[in-house]
Amino acid sequence: MDLFAILSILDATIRLSTPLLLACLAGLYSERAGIFDIGLEGKMLAAAFAAGAVAAVTGSAWLGLMAGMGVSLATTLLQGAASITLKGNQLIAGVAINMLAAGMTTFLGQTWFSQGGRTPPLGPGGRFEPITLPFANELAGVPIIGPIYAELISGHYILVYIGFIMVAVTAFVLYRTRFGLRLRAVGENPKAVDTAGISVVLQRYQAIIITGLLCGLAGAYFSIAQGSGFGNNMTAGKGYIALAALIFAKWKPVPAMFTCLLFGFLDALQIRLQGAQLGGVEIPVQAIQALPYVLTVVLLAGFIGKAVGPKAGGVPYTKER
Amino acid sequence: MNTQRSDTTVAAAPAAGWAIELEKINKRFGAVHANKDIDLRVQRGTIHGIVGENGAGKSTLMSILYGFYTADSGTIRVNGQVQEIADSRHALALGIGMVHQHFMLVDNFSVLENVVLGAEDSGFLKPSLTRARKELNRLEQEYDLEVDPDAIIEDVSVGQQQRVEILKALYRGAETLILDEPTGVLTPKEADDLFRVLETLRDQGKTVILITHKLREIMAITDNVSVMRQGQMVATVKTAETSPEQLAELMVGRRVLLRVDKSAANPGKTLLEVQNLVVADDMGITRVKDVSFAIRAGEIVGIAGVSGNGQTELLESITGMRDQKSGTVVLNGKPLALEGDDGAARARKAGLAHVPEDRQRMGLVTTFAEWENAILGYHDKPAYGSGPFLDIAAAKKAAADHVKLFDVRPANINLKSSLFSGGNQQKIVLAREMEQDPDVLVIGQPTRGVDIGAIEFIHNEIIKMRDEGKAILLVSVELDEIRSLADRILVMFDGVIVGEADPATATEGELGLMMAGINKETAPRGLGIAEQGPLP
Repeated sequence: MDLFAILSILDATIRLSTPLLLACLAGLYSERAGIFDIGLEGKMLAAAFAAGAVAAVTGSAWLGLMAGMGVSLATTLLQGAASITLKGNQLIAGVAINMLAAGMTTFLGQTWFSQGGRTPPLGPGGRFEPITLPFANELAGVPIIGPIYAELISGHYILVYIGFIMVAVTAFVLYRTRFGLRLRAVGENPKAVDTAGISVVLQRYQAIIITGLLCGLAGAYFSIAQGSGFGNNMTAGKGYIALAALIFAKWKPVPAMFTCLLFGFLDALQIRLQGAQLGGVEIPVQAIQALPYVLTVVLLAGFIGKAVGPKAGGVPYTKER
Repeated sequence: MNTQRSDTTVAAAPAAGWAIELEKINKRFGAVHANKDIDLRVQRGTIHGIVGENGAGKSTLMSILYGFYTADSGTIRVNGQVQEIADSRHALALGIGMVHQHFMLVDNFSVLENVVLGAEDSGFLKPSLTRARKELNRLEQEYDLEVDPDAIIEDVSVGQQQRVEILKALYRGAETLILDEPTGVLTPKEADDLFRVLETLRDQGKTVILITHKLREIMAITDNVSVMRQGQMVATVKTAETSPEQLAELMVGRRVLLRVDKSAANPGKTLLEVQNLVVADDMGITRVKDVSFAIRAGEIVGIAGVSGNGQTELLESITGMRDQKSGTVVLNGKPLALEGDDGAARARKAGLAHVPEDRQRMGLVTTFAEWENAILGYHDKPAYGSGPFLDIAAAKKAAADHVKLFDVRPANINLKSSLFSGGNQQKIVLAREMEQDPDVLVIGQPTRGVDIGAIEFIHNEIIKMRDEGKAILLVSVELDEIRSLADRILVMFDGVIVGEADPATATEGELGLMMAGINKETAPRGLGIAEQGPLP
C-alpha cells in the first residue's frame, strides 16, 4: 500500500470520525452533569433533517446549520424538561426522543418534499465545501510532509475543524474553569453542589444546552457537509456508537477523540474493504459493513474493564427532607 | 429537677453576645410539625450542644439556620441582626457553615477542588486554587487541621473527610459552625481528634453548634446544652450544671434508667454449647481460635472485646452464616449442622434466633414493607403460607402484633422499612426474632445507633426473655451495655476468650485490661499487645 492509499484511508477516517466526535463531546457534557443521554441519535437525526431541509429551501448551508442546531437544542430542552424539571426517567426520555426523531423526520420529509422522506439534493452554497488551508497547494510537492498536509490536514469541511478544536476547548472547560468544576461536581454529587449554594437544575440545563448545540453540529454534518441532503435514518446508529465511545473513553475528552478516531478508522477500512476477496471468495458487503458495530460490542464487553461513570448519572436530583 | 424552659440560666448577659438567636421558629412537613415555637440562643465563642432523640427536630432546625429549608414562621438573628436566610449561599455569607452528617464532598475531586467548589473567585480555576492552597495552609496551622490539599477524597479516611468539611466552612469565612452528628462515622481516636479541633475553634473565638444524641459527648465538650423533644425545645442548661441522667430524662420526657434494673439470674440446664470452634474470615485468616463456652437457660452471656477481635466471625459461625473450620455448636443437647448456604435456616428451625450486628445489611431488606420484614427468614413456616404461596393476611397479622408488642413507630406495617428510625428498625428485627419463641437468642450490637428511650425498651425485652428461661448470647462493643445486661462476661481478644468476669464485681479497668489481651489470672500475654492492636 503506498503513501497515497494510506493517506486516503486516514483522510476518510477523519471525515467519518467527525460526527462521532461531535456527538461524543455532546454526550460528555450531558453525562458529566449527571444526565444519561441515549437520545444523541435522535437529536442528530432531527438536526440532520432540519439542516438538510432548510439548506434545500434557502440554498444556504449556514442557515441550514443554524436550523440544525436550533432543532437539536429544542429537542434537548424537551428531553431536559422531562428528565431534569419533571424528574422523569432519563433513559425513557432519551428513547422517546429517538423514536420521535425517527418518525417525524420521515413524516415531515415526505409531507414537505414528497421524495420518500428525503430532502431535495443541495445546490452549490447549500452544502459546506471543503476548506483548503493556506499553502496546501504550495506545499503539496514537498515529499511526505506535503501530501500529509495537503491531503490529510487540509481539505476538510469546517465542521471537521470545529470538532477537533472542541476537544481542546472541552478539556480546558472541564478541568480549568469554574463552569467545568461545577459541571463535574453536579454529575458526581449534586447534593454537595446544592449545599455549596449552587443551583443543580441551572447547572444541568447549562450542560445540556451545550449538548444540544454540539449534537446539532453533528447532525448537520451528515446532511449538508458529508452528504448532500437528508436521507431516511441518515445517522444509522452513529449516536449509539458515540455513546459507546464516550463510555470507552471513560467520559474524558482526549480519550474520546482517540476512540472516535478508532471507530472512524474502522468505518474507513470497511469502505475500502468492500469487494475484497478472501481465499477467492468475495466477502459479503454486509459482513464488512457490520465491522464497526461488531467492534463496538467487542470493545465495550471485553476491553473496557470497569467503566465507572459519573456517580449521580441517571438520577434526577430531589432535595430530600 | 425542673423541666421548664430554663434559658435564663444561661442568659446572664454574656460579654461576647449572642452569635445566633432563634425565636418562635415553626416548620411543618405536611402533617408533621417538625419544629414548634423553637427558641434558641447560642453564645458567641462557645460550644453549644443540641441533644434529642432521632426525629426530635434537631436537624430540621439546623437546616433552617443553614438555609436548606425556610421556616414557616419565626425570627432568626445573626449577631443581633434579623436575617431572612433564603438559601445556603446566604447562610454562608452570614458566616454560618455546616458539616453534614453525610459529607457533602465530591469523591473523585481533590481536597482543594472540594474546598473551592461554589466559592470560586473567577471563571478560571487557577487563581482560586492558588489562593485556596495558601488559605488552607494558614487554616491548617491555625486550627491544627492537617490535610493534604492534593489528596483525592475517596482515598482519605472518614476522619480526614470530615476535616475537609470543616475546612470548607472555614474557607468560606464561617464564624459559626454547625456539626450534625459528627462522631457517628468516626473511630474513637478520630472523635478525640475532632473534639480537640472543636476546642481550638472555640478558643479562637468561633462558635460551634454540636448536634448529637450521645450524652457522653455533650458532657465532655459542650459549654451549654439545649434539649429537644418531639419538635419542641424543652430546656437549655449549662453543661456543668447538669448530668447525663437529667438530660436523658429531658430528651425522653420520662425517667430513663441508664443502668438496667434486673434481678439475679436463675440459670437452668445448658441450652447452647460451643465446643472448640475455629472460624476463618473471607481472607482465610483464622479469627476465632478454639473457642468453647456454654450458656444455660435463663442466663445472658455477654462477649466483650474491642471490635474486630473475632466477635463478628463467632456470631456468624454460631448462627450458620459462616462455615466453621472445626468445632461443634450444640443446641439443646443436639449438634447443629451449620455448614452450607442453608445453615442459617437450619439454625433458625432448630430454635436459634439471630439479631445480626448490622441490621440494615443483614437484618432487614430496607426496601421491603415492614410486614414483609416481619416474617423474613421465617417466611416458609406453615403459619405464613403453604407451598409456594404466602398467606399475606397471616403475615400482616403477625407484623401488626409485633408492632403493637414492641411499640414500633410509626405503627404502619405497610411503610417501607428504610423509613423507620434506627431504633424502630431494630425493634422490627427484635420482634421478629423474639416472637418465634426460640430457645437461644444471639444478639449482636443490640442498641447500635438506637435512641435512649428505645435502648431502655430493648434492654428490658432482653431481660424479659432471659426471665422466660431462654439462653442469650450478647455481643456488644459498648462495655456499659454488656456490664449492665450480662450475667457473665466473656472477654474476647485476638480470637480467644481470654477471661471470664462477673459483671457485679469486675471493674471497668479490669475488663479494659482483659480486652487489651492482658489477664492477670491466666498466663499474661505481655504488655504492648494493646498498642499493636489485634488487626492490621
